[in-house]
Amino acid sequence: MTEQLEYHHGQSKAVRELLVFTLGQEEYGIDILKVQEIRGYEAVTRIANAPAFIKGVVNLRGSIVPIVDMRIKFGLGEPVYNAFTVVIILNIFQRTVGMVVDGVSDVIQLAEDELRDPPEFGSVVETTYIEGLGTQGERMVIIVDIERLMSSDEMALVDITDRG
Amino acid sequence: MSQFHQVFFDETDEHLATMESVLLGIDLAAPDGEDLNAIFRAAHSIKGGAATFGFADLAALTHILENLLDKVRKGSMRLTADMVDACLNAKDVLAAMLGAHRGGEAVANPAISAVETWLEGLVAGGSAVAPPLAEAAQSPAEPAVCTTLYVELDCCLPATDYQALLQSLTALGELSVVQEGGGHDQLPWVLIFTSTLAADEVAESLAFSISPEHFRITQDHGQQDEGDFGLFLSSSIAIPTQTAAASIAFEDDGFGLFEPLAPAAGDSGPAADMLYEEDGFGLFAPVAGPAAAPAAPAMLHEEEGFGLFAPLEPAAPEQAVAAVPTVAAVAAPRQERAAPAVENSIRVNIDKVDLLLNLVGELVITQSMLTQSSQELDAVQYERLLGGISALQRNSRELQEAVMSIRMTPIAFVFNRFPRVVRDLAGKLGKQIELKMVGENTELDKGFIEKLADPLTHLVRNSLDHGVEAPEVRVAKGKSAVGRLTLRAFHQGSSIVIEVTDDGAGLNRERILAKARERGMPVSDALSDSEVWGLIFEAGFSTATEVTDVSGRGVGMDVVKRNIQSMGGRIDIDSMPDFGTTISIRLPLTLAIMDGMSVRVGHDIYVIPLSFVLESLQPQAQELKTVAGRGQLVNVRGQYLPIVSLAAFFGNADAVAASDPTRAILVIVEAGGYQLALLVDELIGQQQFVVKNLETNYRKVEGMSGATIMGDGRVALILDISIIARHNQRPAPTAARQAMTDEA
Repeated sequence: MTEQLEYHHGQSKAVRELLVFTLGQEEYGIDILKVQEIRGYEAVTRIANAPAFIKGVVNLRGSIVPIVDMRIKFGLGEPVYNAFTVVIILNIFQRTVGMVVDGVSDVIQLAEDELRDPPEFGSVVETTYIEGLGTQGERMVIIVDIERLMSSDEMALVDITDRG
Repeated sequence: MSQFHQVFFDETDEHLATMESVLLGIDLAAPDGEDLNAIFRAAHSIKGGAATFGFADLAALTHILENLLDKVRKGSMRLTADMVDACLNAKDVLAAMLGAHRGGEAVANPAISAVETWLEGLVAGGSAVAPPLAEAAQSPAEPAVCTTLYVELDCCLPATDYQALLQSLTALGELSVVQEGGGHDQLPWVLIFTSTLAADEVAESLAFSISPEHFRITQDHGQQDEGDFGLFLSSSIAIPTQTAAASIAFEDDGFGLFEPLAPAAGDSGPAADMLYEEDGFGLFAPVAGPAAAPAAPAMLHEEEGFGLFAPLEPAAPEQAVAAVPTVAAVAAPRQERAAPAVENSIRVNIDKVDLLLNLVGELVITQSMLTQSSQELDAVQYERLLGGISALQRNSRELQEAVMSIRMTPIAFVFNRFPRVVRDLAGKLGKQIELKMVGENTELDKGFIEKLADPLTHLVRNSLDHGVEAPEVRVAKGKSAVGRLTLRAFHQGSSIVIEVTDDGAGLNRERILAKARERGMPVSDALSDSEVWGLIFEAGFSTATEVTDVSGRGVGMDVVKRNIQSMGGRIDIDSMPDFGTTISIRLPLTLAIMDGMSVRVGHDIYVIPLSFVLESLQPQAQELKTVAGRGQLVNVRGQYLPIVSLAAFFGNADAVAASDPTRAILVIVEAGGYQLALLVDELIGQQQFVVKNLETNYRKVEGMSGATIMGDGRVALILDISIIARHNQRPAPTAARQAMTDEA
C-alpha cells in the first residue's frame, strides 16, 4: 500500500487520509476509502455459537451485515450499548461489515514523513495487522490494515474457502 | 469486446438448442424443407458469429456441418439417421467448445477431429462433388468476404476437360452448376462459384485450362444483399456472342416465387437474363423484354423450396403483370410465419434483476413498517394518511409480483433437453419410448432452472431404465410395445409441480423391502406404500438387479431428494404395479421468497421453512418420555419422536421451553427421512419471507440456511432443518425402537 502510494505520488507528497477512532485510551486509524458510513448502534440479531465479539447481524437497507465489537475483541473500553455507541460500516473485500468502536474522533491526513514503522513487541502484542504508527505532534495513531484484520482467521468473519 | 462475446455465447446456445430440437423432431422419410432450413440457418449463424469473434475452432466445425446440411437442404443428399446422429454429435462438441471459450474445460482434440471426420465422411459419401477444402474454414476470420461469381464457359472443350476444370474449382470454393453445357444446342456452361477469391484470381486459375476468350466471369452483386429481403434483378450479366439465349432464374436460399420470362432475344446477340436471389423472401418478376422474339430455351434452376413458377411463352407484358399479384399473395403468409420468431425481448444481466428484486423487497419491508406504526393512529383523524398507506401496500405488492415475474422462465428450458436424453437412452437400452411433455410454458424462478436439470434428468433416466419394460415384456403384459413417459408441469397454489410419469412396471414393494432388510434398515411389512417408496431415497439404495451405465449404482435418488429439498421443495412418489410410477416434485414459485413459520425462542425469532413442517402441537406431560435420563421423546399418535430444543441447540439461556416443554410448542419437522420435534417457546405466524444470503457479508452459520428481514426491520435467521436433523444423529426409527424397549 505504502509503496504504491509512493509510486503514484512521489516521495514527499504521499498523503494518506485516515479515519481515526478510539478504543479506550488508544487511537486507531484506518484507510478512509474502506469506510462506507458511520451509524448508531441498533439492536442486532444474535448468531448462535459465534464468538462473543461478533454481536450478530443487522439489516442495513436490505443487506444482512455482521457487527463486530472491537472493544470486546481488543479488550479495550467498556462494551456498553446506548444512543452514543458508534458503528463504522466498512466496505472491504466486496463485503460490508459493521464495527463497534468507542467513538470516531476525526479524519487526519498523514504525510509520508509522519509515518513510523510498526513497533516490535515480540509475542506480547499481535502486530501483524498494524501497518505503522502515525505521529502528529504528541498524538500517536495506530494505523491498522483493516482488510487484513477483518479477513483473519481469528475474526471468524469469512469462511476459509471464501478467502482469496 | 467481452460483452459482445457474452451475447455471442448466449445466442450460440440458443442456436444449438434450436438445432437440437429440430434435429430430434425431423422426419427422416420426408424432412420438412423449413426444418432443414432452420438447422442450416442455426449452423450458419454460429459460423458467422464464431468467425467474427475469432473462435476459429467453432467456425471450422460449423463450416463442415454447414456443408453437410447445405447438401441435404438442397436435396443433393438424402437425410439419413446417421447424419442426424452426426449432427447431434457435432452439436454436443460445439456446446463443449463453447463451454471451453467461456472458461470451462477445453475439449479434447480427438473428440473434435472425430466428429469432423464423421461429418466430412458424410459430405463426401453421398455426393459427387467433393467437399470444399477447409481453406475457408481455416481462415474463418474472413468468410464474410466470400464472393459469388458467375462463370460461363463456352462449350468448345471435351467433356472430360470440363470435369477436371470443375474439380479444380471445387477445390477453391463452393461450386454449383446452374446449367450443363454441350448437347445439341451448344449451350454454355453456367456455374455459380462462391469462394474467397476475387474474380481476377479465378480468371487466372481458369486461364490455365482454357483460353480467356472462352470464359467469362461476372461478379454477383447480389451478395451484398445477403440476408436482406432482396428484390432485385440482375439482368444481362453477360452476353455470349455465339450462344443461344439463356434465361436463368436462380434461387439459392430463399422462398422465391418468380416467373421467368423468355428474354427479349435479339437476333444478333441473345441476352441472358439472370435472376438471382440469395437469402431473402424474394418477390419478383422479370420485366418482359421489349420485343418478342423466337422462343429461346428458358432455363430454370431452382435449388430447393417453395418456388412456384412457370415458364411463359415469349412475353406478353400483361401476362407478367397479372402474375405478380399471385406471387405476392402466396408469399405473404410465409413472411407472417417467419414473424413470431422475432422475440420481443431484451437481454438483461441477472444481477440487475436481482438488484431490482432486492430494492422492491426493501420497499415492501418499509411499507410493512409504515403499516405497523400506522395502526396506532386514530382512523378518523388520519384518514388520508391511512388511505395512502393502504394504497402503498397494494401498489408495492403488485410491484413485487411484477418484478418477481421477470425472474420467471418457462420450464421448457429444462424440458427441452429431454427429447434428446430419451432418444439416446431408448436407443441404448433397446426400448421404445414415446415422450410427452405437458405444460412446458409453466414458469418458475430462473434460479431453479439450472438446479432442476440434474435431478430431473436422473428421474427420467431412472424411469426409462427401471420403470419402462423392454418391448417384449410390455407386449406380454398386454401393453403397447411403446412405453410412454410424460413430463408435466403445472402450478398448484403457490408452488409449481413437476411430474415424471411412466407407464412401466411400477415400484416393487417386496424388492424394496427385501433390499432394505439386506442393508440392515429397520423396516417392517406394516409400512405404508408411501413409506416404502420413500426408502428409495435412502443413500446407497438401488434395487436394480444389475448395474448399468444408465443407472443402478444407488447414488442419485438420495442426491435428487437433497437437491430438491435444498431448493425448498419436496418430492413424492406414487406407484402402481404394472401401471407405472409418478414422481412429483413440488417447488416454491421462487427462490427469493419462501413460505415459512416464524417461531420465538427466548428473545430470538427464527424462521422454519414451511416445506419441512408437518405439524405443531403443545405436548401433554404424559406424552413426554426420556431415554436414559437425557434424550427426550414425544409420543405423537403412537410414534416416538426425538425432541430437539432449539434453545439448547443455539445456546439461548432465556428460553422457557428448555425448563418446561409443556408450556412450550413442539414443531414436528421432517428432513432426510427423519422426523423430529423442535421445541420452541411460541409460534408467531406463517407468512412469506424474502430470503437473504448470510454469506454475502458474513459466513455460513451452522444450522442456518439464510436470513430474512421481518416486518419491524429486524433480521431473523432461517433454520436449516436438514442440518439440525443430521446433528441429532439418532435416526427416528431407531429412537422409536429404543423407546419401545424402554416401555417394555
